[in-house]
Amino acid sequence: MEKKGPGKIARDALKNLFKDPATTSYAGKGTIKVERGYRGRLQYDPSKCINCRLCMKDCPTGAITIINEGTKEEKKMKAVLNVGHCIFCCQCVDSCNKGSLTFSQDVDFASLNKEDLTVEL
Amino acid sequence: MSETDKNKVVIPIGPQHPSLDEPATFTITLEGEKVVNAVIGVGYNHRGLEKACESRTYIQDLYIIERVCGICSHAHSTAFCMAIEELTGVKVPMRAEYIRVIVAELERLHSHLLWLGTACHEIGYDTMFMYTWRDREKILDLMASYGGNRINYGVNTFGGVRREFDETTSSDIIKTIDELDEHLKRYMEIALTETTLVSRLKGVGMLSHEDALNFGAVGPVAKAAGIGYDIRVAEPYGAYKEIPVKLITDDRADVYGRTVVRILEMQESVKIIRYAIKNMPGGDIAVKVPRRIPAGEILTRVEAPRGENIHFVRSNGTDMPDRVRVKAPTEANWHGVQHMLKSGRLADVPITIAAIDPCYSCTDRAIVVNSGDNINVMDWKQLRQYSIDWYKKEGIDITALKL
Repeated sequence: MEKKGPGKIARDALKNLFKDPATTSYAGKGTIKVERGYRGRLQYDPSKCINCRLCMKDCPTGAITIINEGTKEEKKMKAVLNVGHCIFCCQCVDSCNKGSLTFSQDVDFASLNKEDLTVEL
Repeated sequence: MSETDKNKVVIPIGPQHPSLDEPATFTITLEGEKVVNAVIGVGYNHRGLEKACESRTYIQDLYIIERVCGICSHAHSTAFCMAIEELTGVKVPMRAEYIRVIVAELERLHSHLLWLGTACHEIGYDTMFMYTWRDREKILDLMASYGGNRINYGVNTFGGVRREFDETTSSDIIKTIDELDEHLKRYMEIALTETTLVSRLKGVGMLSHEDALNFGAVGPVAKAAGIGYDIRVAEPYGAYKEIPVKLITDDRADVYGRTVVRILEMQESVKIIRYAIKNMPGGDIAVKVPRRIPAGEILTRVEAPRGENIHFVRSNGTDMPDRVRVKAPTEANWHGVQHMLKSGRLADVPITIAAIDPCYSCTDRAIVVNSGDNINVMDWKQLRQYSIDWYKKEGIDITALKL
């Protein structure tokens, strides 16, 4: 039979003091395996974007914003996504006629700061 | 108070209670262990989805409608898409209809597996709960792989489906359902022979054939009472017009009957998926649908895992609907629950409620804020004084409390 007593508890207590926690710190550090075809964070190709803003019109949560920082002739396109609002339905990907929006398998964007949830694509 | 009333005890269960996952109140009047009266109070989950739909475009609404229910998301979006397709007069490609059926049946499988697990958990049979939820997880993985998400798959779009159904997907599905079919045989054997399960569920939550008709029960609750009504058979839509569906009914009219119906329905779903994958035609998966929907009214019906799911859409010719009405199956089944609970025992209350597979947030379509003429508007101070007075009447002086 296994010995039980204060000595065993002390050994375990000391061991646990220096051991890494059983749970891993996930946010921003770990990687998560997702299924093939799982909808993750959007990817944006500004060179293909024609500023039609259909993605903005169709987004159910108003998470995506397309901004033209240049002029009408010389476009300098930028897309800003609020991942806190995004429901990852990828309707914007379907709505984009030019293929400027695609989705990745990246689902790892948990953050403790609200500001970090607004990202430029 | 009469002598009989003195023997009665009223037990309020909810809105927050450990047995069920969503808020609802059940005011149970007991005489000994026997339930003599039950009053159900729902309305804690009203989200104003129908109103939200009116101020958004049809495409945005599709994703709101999909989120009416966390389990029957595909059934809701199918009904909504069917309504829009009917209004615009587009013909959905048959390949897309077959894909919709496969996803709908996978959804039925994971919904029934979830129910079987929770029902067994309610009666303390946690081993079965673990087994069924393990199987459900495999189906959710399939959905994540094909649809792109575990629950709100986002498969449907107006005029078809959003993703091509490739070889890998079909082989993955076949592999999983073959495995599941073997497990379902075992679950059926357990349901038929396991004495603990049978004696715990037989005669509990009775809703006879006549009562089921009177209360307008739908889905497995009605089927267990011998009502052979399934939209897939009664009014076939989409690919169900071509796919043979066997109607499952039972005459036990109790929770045990509902369990058997659900397991048999799962076995039937497996057959439907096999048939659909084998006979899926080629061609496009979607056709274009205009953004502005012609004016008109439409009502569509879809057989969701829990029963008949009704959607009403009124269009005014713009890109936003004039009115959207969703009637989820639980809304029809609530009426019967009150009857089922009566004459039962207190210990049977959780399993009787769970047996209709209730989805509270699907049900809550409206909320009454002002009832009657006696409306009293109070400010914060008055409200505080009112609560102090109310407790004083009950014999508790909360002003004496020091916080």
